Amino acid sequence: MLEVRDIRKIYNPGDVTEICVFDGFSLTVPDGEFLSIVGSNGSGKTSLLNLICGSIRQDAGSILVGGESVDREKDYVRARRIGRVYQNPALGTCPQMTILENLSLADGKGGRFGLAFGVRKNRIAAYREMLRDLGLGLEDKLSVKVGSLSGGQRQALALLMATMTPIDFLILDEHTAALDPRTAETIMLLTDRLVREKRLTAMMVTHNLRYAVEYGSRLIMLDRGKIVFDCAGEEKKNLRTEDVLDLFNRISVECGN
Amino acid sequence: MLDVLISALTQGLIYALLCYGLLISYKILDFPDLTVDGSFPLGAAVTALLITNGVHPLLTLPVAMLAGALAGLATGLIHVCLKVRDLLAGIITMTALFSIDLKIAGSNLPIPRGVDTLFTLPALDALLGSVSLSGKKLIVSFVIALLFKFLLDLYFRTGSGMLLRAAGDNPVLVTSLAKSEGKAKILGLVLSNSLVALCGAVVCQEQRSFSSTMGTGQMVLGLASVIIGLTVFKKLSFVKLTTAALVGSILYKFCIQAAILAGLDPSLLKLITAVLFLAILAVGSFERRRKGGGARA
Repeated sequence: MLEVRDIRKIYNPGDVTEICVFDGFSLTVPDGEFLSIVGSNGSGKTSLLNLICGSIRQDAGSILVGGESVDREKDYVRARRIGRVYQNPALGTCPQMTILENLSLADGKGGRFGLAFGVRKNRIAAYREMLRDLGLGLEDKLSVKVGSLSGGQRQALALLMATMTPIDFLILDEHTAALDPRTAETIMLLTDRLVREKRLTAMMVTHNLRYAVEYGSRLIMLDRGKIVFDCAGEEKKNLRTEDVLDLFNRISVECGN
Repeated sequence: MLDVLISALTQGLIYALLCYGLLISYKILDFPDLTVDGSFPLGAAVTALLITNGVHPLLTLPVAMLAGALAGLATGLIHVCLKVRDLLAGIITMTALFSIDLKIAGSNLPIPRGVDTLFTLPALDALLGSVSLSGKKLIVSFVIALLFKFLLDLYFRTGSGMLLRAAGDNPVLVTSLAKSEGKAKILGLVLSNSLVALCGAVVCQEQRSFSSTMGTGQMVLGLASVIIGLTVFKKLSFVKLTTAALVGSILYKFCIQAAILAGLDPSLLKLITAVLFLAILAVGSFERRRKGGGARA
């Protein structure tokens, strides 16, 4: 279970550009939940993910995983139990290395990365199987450099790599936003399947309201650092995209943009 | 003429060690590391001091590497922990090392006649018999250059080596793999500078002297060689980076030797190196622009 308790985060304090993103923000994500987060630009969605991952630090409040505070843990320590997929497909893979090398790196997450050979030959069959499941024809391209793949293929690979080792949380940071609609749909279906198969707890930030409504077990809408809409369970199942869109527009109008 | 060729080839093989070092810092980590101009003479100073005090010439090499590793560690810590920019972090260590080199070996330390170096070991006589000194130098440098090439090739395939390559390729991924990007960078600088110091040590034994100014311009020299090698083999993706560095180093030394034979004033060498380096960079950036930055996101 992930708990965000009474978080305060101010960018550029004391400067004319000072922005208070969160003041007393709290959120609890139980195990097994697939949470979609929507909201306009500047509402704090990505800041929230960055705070959870430790990429930025809160000014007050606390973040707990399984009841224990992770506030003192650096980003790479927290990464041990977090898988993260970024909007930019380039951030989840190494372009100059082959698919096989990339998968081997991901497979070694949490390990020592010592002087044993990095590529695990005995895992190649398993990698092929995982790639075949993606349905993108990558299983025959193990020795191809990832930089020559398309954005969608790279994002699928990034998703596979992020979920390869056991993790507590999958963090999806607008991970379909840079893809064309058809590829985005493929990646979304793949995401949903991986989350179900591996019973992951997932948090997905998206600008696509339809994805937020169709996928996941809970939906929250953020506006200026506050949760303005929170819907889960049966209520979430009956939710329609138009309802969320209405609410979204109303909030934007109130904001004056 | 043959003597000149052999000498250029020997130089190229010895300086390949420097190029391996720059391959790690510049090509793999994308870190313009000026520590090199300090760790190169540091390796030479250490080896000159030890060898004149009766230490076995082979034993001076690991000590020189250790000294270079410490220099790389210093730059890494300055850059990662104190958040000093890469170029400045290297300049700070390089400047400090200049004094340290002077303290170790003074401004000049020749290796006296009668003291054996790597290239005049009695064991070599037994092995190679009547080969001339320049022949021995060629063979010894060939063995050293190839040995470290294969060691590096092996290392790049280990988990640690792959993480190092990832750190240069996509630092965000290193964090995602639950590893510290800073530590990976520091490790790279340590390795790189230990190779550079090793090169300094071998050069010192080859020319039988240390001088405090021998580090000046080594970083640019090494970079020019590495980039020549990479450019030559650009189209052949199966050629390993280390091979490209090795060949680049030899080609560079041949070019310089040819320029001197053609009557170039040796005091203009560094100027020529700088101009050559600039030309290579300019051509590279021109080609990138012509291709329209075709790299995919």
